[in-house]
Formats: sequence, C-alpha cells, structure tokens
Amino acid sequence: MQKQLLLGDEAIAQAAIDAGLSGIYAYPGTPSTEITQYVISSKEAKEKNIVATWTANEKTSAEAALGMSYAGKRAMVCMKHVGLNVAADAFINSSITGANGGIIFVVADDPSMHSSQNEQDSRFYGKFAMIPILEPCDQQEAYDMVHYGFELSEKFQIPVMLRITTRLAHSRAGVARKTSREQNLVKLPENLKQFILLPAIARKQYKDLLNNQPHFEAAAETSGFNTYTDGKDKSMGIIACGLAYNYLLENYPDRNIPYPVVKVSHYPAPAKMIEKLYEECDSILVLEEGYPILEELLRGMLNKGKTIKGRLDGTIPRDGELNPVIVGSALGFETPQLQEIPSLVANRPPSLCKGCSHIDSYNGINEALEKYGKGRVFADIGCYTLGALEPYNAINTCVDMGASITMAKGAADAGLRPAVAVIGDSTFTHSGITGLLDAVNDKSSITIFILDNSTTGMTGGQPSSAFGKIEDICRGIGVEEEHIRVLKPLPKKHEENLAIIKEELEYDGVSVIIPRRECIQTLNKRMRDKFKEKAKA
Amino acid sequence: MKKDIILAGVGGQGILSIAAIIGYAAVETGLYLKQAEVHGMSQRGGDVQSNLRLSDKPIASDLIPHGKADMILSVEPMECLRYLPFLSKEGWVVTNTKPFINIPNYPDEKQLMAEIEKLPRHIALDAESIATELGTAKAANMVMLGAASPFLDLEYERLRDAISFFFGRKGEDLVKLNHDALEAGRKFAQNNMN
Ligand SMILES: Cc1ncc(C[n+]2csc(CCOP(=O)(O)OP(=O)(O)O)c2C)c(N)n1
Ligand code: SF4
Repeated sequence: MQKQLLLGDEAIAQAAIDAGLSGIYAYPGTPSTEITQYVISSKEAKEKNIVATWTANEKTSAEAALGMSYAGKRAMVCMKHVGLNVAADAFINSSITGANGGIIFVVADDPSMHSSQNEQDSRFYGKFAMIPILEPCDQQEAYDMVHYGFELSEKFQIPVMLRITTRLAHSRAGVARKTSREQNLVKLPENLKQFILLPAIARKQYKDLLNNQPHFEAAAETSGFNTYTDGKDKSMGIIACGLAYNYLLENYPDRNIPYPVVKVSHYPAPAKMIEKLYEECDSILVLEEGYPILEELLRGMLNKGKTIKGRLDGTIPRDGELNPVIVGSALGFETPQLQEIPSLVANRPPSLCKGCSHIDSYNGINEALEKYGKGRVFADIGCYTLGALEPYNAINTCVDMGASITMAKGAADAGLRPAVAVIGDSTFTHSGITGLLDAVNDKSSITIFILDNSTTGMTGGQPSSAFGKIEDICRGIGVEEEHIRVLKPLPKKHEENLAIIKEELEYDGVSVIIPRRECIQTLNKRMRDKFKEKAKA
Repeated sequence: MKKDIILAGVGGQGILSIAAIIGYAAVETGLYLKQAEVHGMSQRGGDVQSNLRLSDKPIASDLIPHGKADMILSVEPMECLRYLPFLSKEGWVVTNTKPFINIPNYPDEKQLMAEIEKLPRHIALDAESIATELGTAKAANMVMLGAASPFLDLEYERLRDAISFFFGRKGEDLVKLNHDALEAGRKFAQNNMN
C-alpha cells in the first residue's frame, strides 16, 4: 500500500481506526487535538460507526473510554499532558481495575512549553500507575504502536499509555497502513467484580498488577520497539528514548554510530539491554525528550557507579526539548558556527484576533476596575489568557483550568474586594462549575465573567460543551437571577456594558456576567462554509 | 539529494499551503519527506515556521539542525531573518518584501531591507504586487513558491502538477492563475540570482 503523509497525531488516529477502535474520547489540548479531530472528520470512521466525541473534560473522557473497555470494545482517550492531571484519578485507578476491551491513553507532552503551562513528563504517570508505556520515535512507529498497544492491553487486561511529544504530534511523514481489523463485539468482563474497587477486591487486583510487572518487562524486551545495536567504541554507551533516537541518528548521516546504543520506546525500560550496555561501556549517555527519568534511575541517589551523562550533569540542558544540535554537542561534535539574528528583529507574540469579543470584554473590565486599582483579576486558560499581554494587561493569574473562580473565591475570603474571575465558556464546563457551586454555597463576594464565544477557541474552534446552557447552569447552581447579566461585547455597547459591570462589582455576593459574541474565526469559517454550500446549490 | 527548507511567516499567512504543494510534488517524485508544523498558541498572529525536509534517503530528525538549512522561504521580510541561525553557509533566503505589521515595535522598513540586502544569497520580491497584477493578491504565496523553485531540486512540472491537484476543485481559472503566479515568481528569481 502507498504511504500516506500523516501528522504523528493523524497516524495515531488512522491506526486506531484500522485497529478496530469503537470509541475515541477527548477534550482538546495542544499538541493532542488533531488525533480526535481526525477521527471525527474521517468518512471511514463514520461508516464504521466509531464513536468520536469531545467531552466536557479529560476525566469524563477517560471514564467513558473505560466504560467502553468494560463493555469489551477498543477505546482510546487523548489529552495533552496537563489533561492527565485532570484525568489522573480515573487513570491511576484504571490500572487497578484493568481493562476488558483494549484501552489506550494517548498523552501528548509539550517540552519547551510551546503551548502549555509546564513541561511535565507523562512517563512519570505511567510508571506511577505501573502500566506499559509506548513512546514512538517516529510517525510509522506511532502507527504500529497503536495496533500493538491494543493487543498488549487485551492480552494483559491492562490500560496502555502512548506517550508522544509536540514534534512528533505535529510533524508529517509517510506512513504505511496495515490491514484493517474488525471491531470487537460487546462482551462483558469474565469477572463481573473486576471493576468494583472495594478494598477487598482492590487489594487482590493490585496484587495482580504487581504480579504482572515481570510480564510487562518481558514484553518490553521482546516487542521489537526496544533495540540493542552494538558499536566498536565502548568508551560510551547511549540510551536514546523516543524521539531522541532520531536526533541521535541525525548526527550520523551514514547511520554508522560508533557507540553501542539502546533505543528505548517501550517501558518498563528493557533492563537486560541496559544492563549489557552498562557492563560493556565506560560511561553512559542518556537522551530523553522530557525529564531525566531513566537517567535518575541509572544514577541512583548517590551516583557512585559509572559516569552517567545527561540532563543532570549538565551535558544536556536541564529543561526544554532536545534538538539535533543539543544531542550533537552531547556526542562531542563541535557546535556549528551560526549566523546571528539581526538585532532589529522584534518579538512577535501571539495576540487576540482583530475583532475578537475578548477585546471588548477586557476594555470593559479594565475601565470598570480602574478606581479599585490593579491586581484583582483571576483568569483562566484559553485565548483570553492573551489579555495578560500588551495593550490589555488585564489579568493577574492563569494556573490551571477552572482556577479562576476558585482562586477569586479564596482571595475574596481573604478580604480582597472586589475579586474578579474571568473564565471562557469551554473552560467553565471543563472545571468551573464545581467552583461556582462552592462560591454560591459560601455566598462569596466575587464577580465572575464567563466569556462566551460559543467555542473552544484556543485549540481551533471545537464545539463547547457549555453551548446554550450557561445561564441555566448558573441558575441551577443557585446564582440569583438578577445577578446573571448577559452582555454583547461590542465597541458600540461599551458604555452600556460598563454600567452593568460597575453595578455588579458593587454587589456583595456571587454575580455572573456573560459577555456573549461568537469567536471571529469560527464565525468566518461558518460563513465560508455557508457560501460554499450556496455556490454548490 | 537533500533539501532542508525553513518556511517562515506570521500565523494566518498560510505558509502550510506552500508546504503542502512542495510536499505533494516531493512525494510524487518518490522522495522522503518530513514536515514539522506549528499548531496551537503561536498561530494567533505570532511568528510561525515549518521545517520541511526532503531527501532521497530516509530522514531521521523532524527538526532541521541549526546551520543546515538549504533555504529560508519567508512570506514576510522580518521573519526571514529570525531563522538565520538555521541557514547553512551556502543557503539561500527567498523572501517577500511586504511587511506584516501587527506589533508596535516593528523595525524601520529601510533598515530591514538593508539587512536583507546584506545577505550574500537572497531573492527579495514584492509577491503581493506581482500577484495583484496577475489578478489577485491571494496568489502571493504561489509567487513565493515560484521564486523558490529554482533552488528546490524538484522538477518544475511536478510543482505545476501539485498546484493543479490542490486548486483543481476550485476551477480551471484558479489553476491557471496560480500557474501564472508560480511562473512569475520563478522568472523573478532566475533574473535576480546572479
Ligand atoms: C487540563 C487542560 N486541558 C486542556 C488544555 C488546553 N486548553 C487550554 S485553553 C483551552 C480551551 C479554552 O476554551 P474557552 O475556555 O472556551 O476559551 P477560548 O479559547 O474560546 O477563549 C484548552 C482546550 C489545558 N491547558 N489544560
Ligand atoms: S480564535 Fe476566536 S477567541 Fe481566539 S483570539 Fe481569535 S477571535 Fe478571539
């Protein structure tokens, strides 16, 4: 079959479709978004009746996928690294329940924080849950690993993690597909108590998980994704994990690496191969796209064995993603003489689109708060976080999804008046509702702006779970009707909106202001599609 | 054969459409290809780039190593300079001269052009004007691709075929317009290569 040019994300999606997937669940998040997007847009997936859906958040995704696994079918759940923090309860406990139909957690890490708050390494979570982790080095391996991952998951009745990073997720290469497999039929777990984590059952299941560890280790030695390649020069042995393996190869155009190399793409890391490397070589260089996890293990707390080089001894920078030059310099190649960037080149940070409704919201908020002074706006994550930059300088916090409402509450409890929260519509249903309930129950004095642009803007305009429901949710939770205020954020409405905002800032209780105007990007797209349809007709 | 190309521009300028056409032509030629793109936060009017790698042998890294790029192809003049550390000593810079100004501290245009003129191997052209003369400013990216074409080591016919493939659905007129844009850019480069 001819190779198809696919992003790493798309390769994973196509592999899942080919491997008999029955359901994929996700909350968008860079760099994982395109996986689910691909399945949602796939004609083939539609014909096969594959369920592909955006959920309220990563925890609900994970649980839905686990439910599909319970029913015997193959399920995938996708998220960005911080999404796994949200899904962590489901994730960790799913390693104790185990799986029935195959289930893969795809987690996309973002070293160097291209679009994220941190660069946490999901392999830690995988190890924490004690489940197999697959970390592809390229798009083809990503494709192949999905097939293998489902088989592994069903063989040991265990969830499997597929860990990727930004550069693989968002890079295209030719991928060869395998023949398609039928979906599983509905089939209940043989033991109908498998998924009941009452202590007595959980203790037994946990022992099963522990007893399975040697099997997981054996699988990692034989799956073929981990390899040992000998080299003549034993002064150094190299361990290259995931994508780092490519940067290693890149430094040897003829692919003749003088040192022995263990390529690690399947965890638990292959102890036998690594032991052989350690025995045969004078020192070890560890290349990891992420935290120095294997490096730390090899070093041990006291670092009294052979020399271990990597992120911890300064051979490689402690933070940020790898690239061919960083790896080259760790291998002892001279760093090339580079042309400099002329000093007149200015930074060009991302900014809110021209005409974005968030601009009008911030203009209102800034002016209304002028008399109280700066430093009281607790914001959240989305396009509106760009309100932190010039010329708005409108917000003071952005921590994790949903933290706006709850942090404003805490600050109000401490006596900060007024305390303002700013949260997007999609973020509100992701993690804001429970915080609002806390605030209502405590009659906290906070003013909450739910910026309703009717979409999940930041990640490219996916539907928002909040669509058409925000007032009802607020009412249902107990926000007083007269303190739910809907505005149209437009320059010509500025004075009218300002008066309403000022009024609510004075109110000693929970008030919710909903500036509502569609995202310019999704609006334009809708108009274009409409135009196209008309042209067709 | 190996061609490492940094495509540069500003979020929303459509550099990925250029990448898609080169990519299609490369695959039709039977070459290996890797293309790293930028998605997410920086797409909102920030600087964006794509690493496009073509080779007749398998390609390892998704990222072009610093100092190894054969070409920087930029649809915006300031952006072509941002990636100079990636350019090899013999590499070419092919850039549009029409600035995209969405920041308050955009450099003085004369000084900017002077920096570009200093580059030993460069092609600088006003792709918008050329495209507008042909019928629509929207074809500017194809003018840029045309200007890059003499350095790509891809058969020119393959690029024309790729354009036919991508614009075919939108009608013959658009295909012709974009072929003309490609040709105009190519002519400009050939006359200014010295
Ligand atoms: C736990 C977690 N999941 C996902 C993301 C990625 N993410 C950040 S903001 C956002 C969407 C925000 O949508 P919305 O609140 O509607 O704001 P908008 O971008 O539309 O202004 C997403 C998906 C994240 N940072 N953290
Ligand atoms: S994508 Fe939509 S929400 Fe985001 S900045 Fe642009 S208009 Fe605003």
